[in-house]
Parts: sequence; structure tokens; C-alpha cells
Amino acid sequence: MARYVKSPDREWLKKRLMGAGICIIAVFAVLLMRLIYLQIIKGEEYRRLSENNCIRLKSIKASRGLIYDRNGKLLVDNRPSFNLKIVTEDTGSVKSTVEKVSRLIDVPKKSLLSGIEKNGTRAFYKPVVLKNNISRDQVAIIEAHKFDLPGIIIDVEPRRHYIYEKSCAHLLGYLGEINKKELQSGRHPDVYSGDSIGRYGVEKKFEKLLHGKRGGRQVEVDADGRIIKVLDTVDPEPGMNLSLTVDLELQQVAESMLENKSGAVVAVDPSNGEVLAMASYPAFDQNDFIGGISGKKWRKLMDDPNKPMTNKAIQGEYPPASTYKIVSTIAALEEDIVDKNTQFFCPGHYRYGNRTYRCWKKWGHGDVDIIKAIERSCDVFFYHVGEKAGVDVLAEYAKGCGLGRKTGIVLDDERSGLVPTTDWKENRFGVPWQGGENLSIAIGQGYNLVTPLQMAMLASAVGNGGVLYKPRVLKHVTDGRDKVVKKGDPEINGGIPAGERTMEVLKKGLLKVVQGSRGTARGIQIKGAPIAGKTGTAQVFSIKDREILDTENLDYFLKDHAWFVCYAPAKDPVIAVSVLVEHGEHGSSTAAPIAKAVVKKCLEKRNLLKAEDE
Amino acid sequence: MFDRRLAESFDWGLLLLMILIGSIGLAVLYSAVTAGDAEGVRLLFKKQVIWMCGGLVLICVCLLVDYKYFEKSSLIIYLVCIACLAGVLIWGKNVGGSTRWLSLGPFTVQPSEIMKIALIFILAAVYAGVVTENGLGFGKLVKPALLCVVPFFLIVRQPDLGTALLLLLIAGSMTLFVKVERKVFFSCTGAAFAAVPAVWFLLKEYQKSRILTFLHPGGDPLGAGYHIIQSKIAIGSGQLYGKGFLKGTQNTLSFLPEQHTDFIVSVLAEEWGFAGCFVLIVLYFLMLFWGLNISYCCRDMFGSILAFGITAMIFWQIFINMGMVMGLMPVVGVPLPLVSYGGSSVITNMVGFGILLNISMRKHIAA
Repeated sequence: MARYVKSPDREWLKKRLMGAGICIIAVFAVLLMRLIYLQIIKGEEYRRLSENNCIRLKSIKASRGLIYDRNGKLLVDNRPSFNLKIVTEDTGSVKSTVEKVSRLIDVPKKSLLSGIEKNGTRAFYKPVVLKNNISRDQVAIIEAHKFDLPGIIIDVEPRRHYIYEKSCAHLLGYLGEINKKELQSGRHPDVYSGDSIGRYGVEKKFEKLLHGKRGGRQVEVDADGRIIKVLDTVDPEPGMNLSLTVDLELQQVAESMLENKSGAVVAVDPSNGEVLAMASYPAFDQNDFIGGISGKKWRKLMDDPNKPMTNKAIQGEYPPASTYKIVSTIAALEEDIVDKNTQFFCPGHYRYGNRTYRCWKKWGHGDVDIIKAIERSCDVFFYHVGEKAGVDVLAEYAKGCGLGRKTGIVLDDERSGLVPTTDWKENRFGVPWQGGENLSIAIGQGYNLVTPLQMAMLASAVGNGGVLYKPRVLKHVTDGRDKVVKKGDPEINGGIPAGERTMEVLKKGLLKVVQGSRGTARGIQIKGAPIAGKTGTAQVFSIKDREILDTENLDYFLKDHAWFVCYAPAKDPVIAVSVLVEHGEHGSSTAAPIAKAVVKKCLEKRNLLKAEDE
Repeated sequence: MFDRRLAESFDWGLLLLMILIGSIGLAVLYSAVTAGDAEGVRLLFKKQVIWMCGGLVLICVCLLVDYKYFEKSSLIIYLVCIACLAGVLIWGKNVGGSTRWLSLGPFTVQPSEIMKIALIFILAAVYAGVVTENGLGFGKLVKPALLCVVPFFLIVRQPDLGTALLLLLIAGSMTLFVKVERKVFFSCTGAAFAAVPAVWFLLKEYQKSRILTFLHPGGDPLGAGYHIIQSKIAIGSGQLYGKGFLKGTQNTLSFLPEQHTDFIVSVLAEEWGFAGCFVLIVLYFLMLFWGLNISYCCRDMFGSILAFGITAMIFWQIFINMGMVMGLMPVVGVPLPLVSYGGSSVITNMVGFGILLNISMRKHIAA
């Protein structure tokens, strides 16, 4: 039986502690030997390496992912940029070296020094940028005088390049240098100060995929900071490549048609919600933003009354005008306010209370049924509908059609538009709803606001039989080895609240708008492929919030907005388009031709025109 | 309770050693942080001085209470610490990918550091009751093993591999100190080796890479491999007498990101050379033997084991930290006692010294 040791037995304790003591002696002997080895035996060598911090870590920027259109056409790539940098610790006198550089490449000293001054606190031996993107000639001059310029280095780094100037500007977005706050937020773990991150559009939303992972190089340098030996390299991982759903050719057609106008074009594929084109005009040149946009250019963009920095396709909210008759038609038929045989007489005006509401056609449309009312965009017919349905019922249908809420496209700052109700007006203005306003709502005037994208999705849903897709811009993501790592799959936002018979009537009416002999858009018929659509001419109600209004432009800013939404071919559509031209006056004459050009290009590309010709 | 004999037998030698090492630490830290330009970095020095003053106050507090009192309350201390560790996992503050800190008003504490002391206490209390001349068998080791495993896994979850490992090493040393049966020793050693592959799967990716980097430094030239190389260059370039105070060139925050905490020895070695390192190592050596001597002179089993445990804690920190900085061991975040920057580390170690002083000055009082 073992004996418990209550108070320590001296001899026993001594033995135990001796063991521990021997361990300590052994470990300390090893540590001392190691120190002797490092500091005395190898000391000379390490001292040499430490002089001037011979072994340095150079980071290698990862090249940002490329962006393609749906057909594999390159939209955004990276070009080598020669960046002139200085390692201040390696330069004897920063001032004299910079002076020499300034003289050699003929760049004012002040602009070169600004980079050094900006970097108040920084890591030692970290190169500071003197000038980004110097020319090849300047590179040659610097290289030739390399030995006079200690501490000066030229780094070749990828620089973002947008191949088609101003094309897809709002969709693709642009880059900007990361700021201090973002660096500290910890949301960009692999981004260092001086790096660029996406600031707008796809570049911003898919920053994580595009950015890649930086690599680095362990190098030995000489006293002037020149690399003698590369000890080790970890290659950077390039960012993922994105393929967008956009078709560059359609996009370019849309953009060229918008030239000298202000407005937006959205084209989507009705079978899955893929955005085929998204143009907003005027646009900006994304290449201006690389390396920081100049103050002058920025001010010019901000001061432009046509707001080039706004993506009008998703941020522009406009009264839908007659395009809203799509919603009114669905409401009228579904609520049994009218059937396809109901006729109203249009004398060119409609009396409600003691007010007269005008039809756009002064002398009236005569007897119209619902199909004719759509074809000719008869306001009086829809005044009847509005009066009977009331704003709240119309609002139910408008919401069902995807209006008044965001479509959920991945881009930032999408607007939701506005679908007014009686409650909304009470809350907003504290005034009760007036019966007469029901009439205006039914023809898309009044408080209603929609974005061009919402209308494109609605047209697409009507075309495909009622499915409201969520608009998508990303087709797939591939890694460096062209392996698809992520795919965009169709997502459904809802369905149009309309039965088959309602849809049939609506589609017939929309078809007549273009194909009918008295359709408001009969001017855009394409041989071989019927288009179904709806025009709209939206009155500009308030000009109060327009900040810049000189007298010369006053007339322009009072002009109506022109709308056209359509899908084609009318049966089994492959494209749905929504066009809005600010102050374009007439939907039929300004907006419809733009839609026609886009539709035609699309049908041509898919060989859908020839097939029907034969 | 506090009679004159206590004051007379106060252990001035240990206090002197502690102050000497602490002063070296502050001087090196001053040099390390002066190299960094940022105001925030300079603030570190001031903070460290404040921590050390706080530590001195805590030492005084430690002296007031007879250590034997803690034999009874060690279980409560232990349970409170376990609760804190569990609390960290639930409400902890996340810094740099791991959750180690608990916010208590304006202070943040690192319960895993306090856990070291708590574990030493409870193991000392448990072992003091069961020590036999022939060594402990399996049956007597179940309880200590459980006491050790619970905090270990809580700390691994944070994750803080360095501290968790330290906990095991301290507990292992204390167990060997009180002696285990031969068959227990061999079977445990065997089991430990067998467990290596299993542990490998439990490690986080960065921990695996650190171990791989240690075995093959070329594998991660931009990360840990670079740190080890820079650390070796810094140490080696100090040569015999060093480059002089504040004259270190490797001594910049960009080369060794943790040089004011875990890599502080490289700054000492570069600026003070082998001579400086030798002095520090000798001081540490004296300090450890002083600790063993306190253990030897103590009249009761609890005090002896307690003093040994504290000494073991200091020893393992020195060994792991220096071994790492000199490229003898993988890069694990273990600070150097009294030298590395860090409030929790300073406080824990100084409380440890407080306990040693406490045991030492009560050695003449019968148990």
C-alpha cells in the first residue's frame, strides 16, 4: 500500500526537482547554442543580408477578372501599365532624385511629389507611386539612367481597360482607389492601400469574384534597391472572369440610337429574364475613372442636367403614360368591368363631375372595344375603366405586374417606382383621394412612376404568357482555366395576375398597336416578324425639381417623355424591349424606332427574319 | 495575520530578477515601437508601462492572502474561469479571426490567460491530496485529466492553439513532477504519439500551414516562412555586441508584423547582440531555478506543487517563444514573459510571480 505524502519528503522532492532542473539546463543549452550559431558563426552572413534590408517582400498584384458579353466578346480587360515608383529608404536624397526624374521624363516635380506627401504613414521600404502609367518612351529613358536613380523602380502592373468607350458604362461600372475607411472595415481582406476596387455597376457588385488574390516575391536587393536575386515567388491568383448576359451588338445598336438623346433602353430575354441590353444615355467614359478622375471631368459629369452618372434604366422613375394601359386592360378584364365585346363611344373627351378629361385624339375614336382601345391608345375607353375600377384595384394589378417594387437586379440603387393607392395619398399628403384621379391613373398619368427595367420585365412577362422573371446580368463565372464555377439560373419574381383569356385579348391588342392599320406604332413594322408593343407619351408634370433651367432649354425640359415597350416575335418572343426617351415627345415617333432597331438586330442575329420571309 | 516574520523573509532576490527582466523588456519594446511611425504604435509602450504598474499592484494584493487559502477555493476559481471561457465563445470579441477576448466595461480580458493560473491551482490542490512515493496510477489521473481537457477544448475552439498547447505542457509537467507509475508514463507517451494523426485533422488550415512551414520553410515564402527568415536575419545580424540601442534595421513593423509581441527577442538580439541575449537568458535561468528552490523550500505539498507549476508555466513560455523566434519551432503565438507586449500576458505572469513570492515568504511558517 502506497504511502500518501502529506508534507514533502525532502529527499523525494529533491529528486523530482533535479529532473526538472536538468530539463531546464538542457533547454537553455540548446537555446544558447542556437544563438551562438546564428549570431557568431553565421553572424557575418546575416549581417550582410540585413544591411539595407536585403531580403524584401514585393507584392504582385493579381490581375482583375475579365468581363465578356454573352457571346464571349471581351468588354473589359487589363493592359500592362508601367508605374514609376520610389523606395525612399534606398534613395539618398528624395528631392534630388525626383528632380532628376522630373527632368528626364518632363513631368512637373510637384505632381511627382504629391504621391510621397500623400503617404504620411506607411511601411518601411514600401514603394511609393510617383506616376502611374508612364509611356514606353519614358520607361526607356528611366531604364537608361537606372544607375543614376537609386531607389527608382518601374513596376509593370495590370491596368483596367474598357474596350468600348462609354458602352455598357452604367452596367459595367468603374473602379476607384480604396479609401481608408473601407480598408479598416475589413470587408476587403486582400486589398491594400493604393489598390482599386469596383465602385459602380458590375465591377462593384462582383468585386469579390473579380478581384483575385495577390501574390508576392521574396527578393534580394542591392544597396540601391535593385533586385539581384529572386528567392521565391508565389504567383498571384487572377480574378474570376465574368460572362454577362448582355449582347454587345444589341447594346451598341441601342446606344447608337440614343445618341444625342437622354433616356434608357432595356432589352431582356422573355424566356429567362436575361438582360440582353441595358443602355442609359448620356453615359460616361469608364476609362476616365482609372487612376482617379480629374476634378474638371467629374464636375462636368455632375453638372450635366441630363445626369450621365444616373443609370436611367433602373434609377429613372417616370410616369408610365399609356404603357400603363397594359395594367388597366388586365384589371378591366379580370374584374369583369368590360369583356372583349364591350364598346364605349369616344367623342374625344370624357366628363367627370364638372371637369372634362381629354382623349389624346381631339376629335375622338368613335366606338371602340378594348382591342381597338389598346391599338389606338384611346384614353376615353380607359377613363371608363378607371372610374369603375378605382385606384386601389388598379394598384393591386399594378403590383401583381411587378410595378412599385424593385425587380431585384443585382445593381445598386435600383428604384422601386410608385404605385399610388388611396392610403398612400392620405399618408403622403394628408388629402383624400379624388374620384377624378382614378381616371388619370388608368392611363398612366398621375402619381404612377415606373422604371424602364420594370416595364421591360412587364413586357417580357406578357410576351411569355405571364411569368415575371427576375432580371439577371450574370450568365456565368469562369476561373482562370475556363471552368465554369458559377452559373446564373433563372429566378421567378411572380406571375401576372391574368387568366388565359385576358392574356389573349391583351396580346391581340398589343399586336395591333404595331401591325394594325391604325396602330399607334404601325410605323415600325418589320417584314417577317410581327412585333407587339405599346406606346406612351408621358406629360412632364413638375419642372420644379429641375435645378438647371435656362430659358433656352426651358422648352426642351417641358417636352413629354416618350415610351415604347414591346416584345417580338409576337408569338414565342425572343426579346422584350422597353425604351424611354426623356423629352422625346411622342412614343410612336421617338421611342418606337429605337425599339425597332434593337428588335431587328436581335431577330437578324437569330435568323428569325429570313425564316419567315421564305 | 500579517506578522513581521513575513516581511523579513520577503524574497527580494526574485523581485529583483523580475524587475531586471521587466526593464530589459521595456527597453526592447521601446526600440521596437519607436521604429513604427504611427502614433498608435507608440502608444503601445505607454500601455505596457501601465500594465506593468498594474501587475505590481496585483503582486501586492497576492501577498496579502496566504496561498494556502487558495487550496480550498481553487475549485471556485477554476469554475469561474471555465464559465468565462464558455462566455468568450458565446459573447467574445473577435479580433483577427479568433475570439479570445471578453469585454468587461472598458477592459477586455483574455480568460484563456487566467485559465493557466487557475489550472495550476486546481491541479496543485488535487495532486497535493493524492501524491504517493511510487507515483500515481491511472485511477488517480482521471480527475486531473478531465480538469485539463475541458479548458483545452474550449481554448482550441477560440481558436488559440498556442495557449491550449501551453496548458497541456504545464499540466503534463506538473503530473510528471508529482510522479506517475512507469506503465502510466509509457502508455501515455505511446497514446500521445498515436494521437498525432487525429489531431492533424482537427487543426485549422493556418495552423497546419504553420507546422508545415516549420518543417519546410520554403513552402510559404510570403507568410510564416518569411517571418522566420527575417527573424533569423535580425538575430544573426546582431552578432556579438549588436548594432546598438535603437539602431536595428530589421526592426521595422513591416518586416515582422508581430515583432513587438511574439518576435520581440529578434529586436533584442539585433540591437544588443549575443551579449544582450546571454544576459536575458541567464536572468531567466536564475529565475527558473529560483522558482524550483521555492518549491523545494516550501513545507507543504500544495505549495511545492504550486510553485513548480508556476515555474513550469514560465519555462514553457520562454522555451516556445525563443525556440520559435530562433527558428527551432513552428510559429505559435506564445509571448515571452515580461518582455513581449500584451496586457493579459504581463498580468498573468506577474500574478504568477506574486504567488511565488507569496509561497517563498511563508516558507518559515509551519503549515
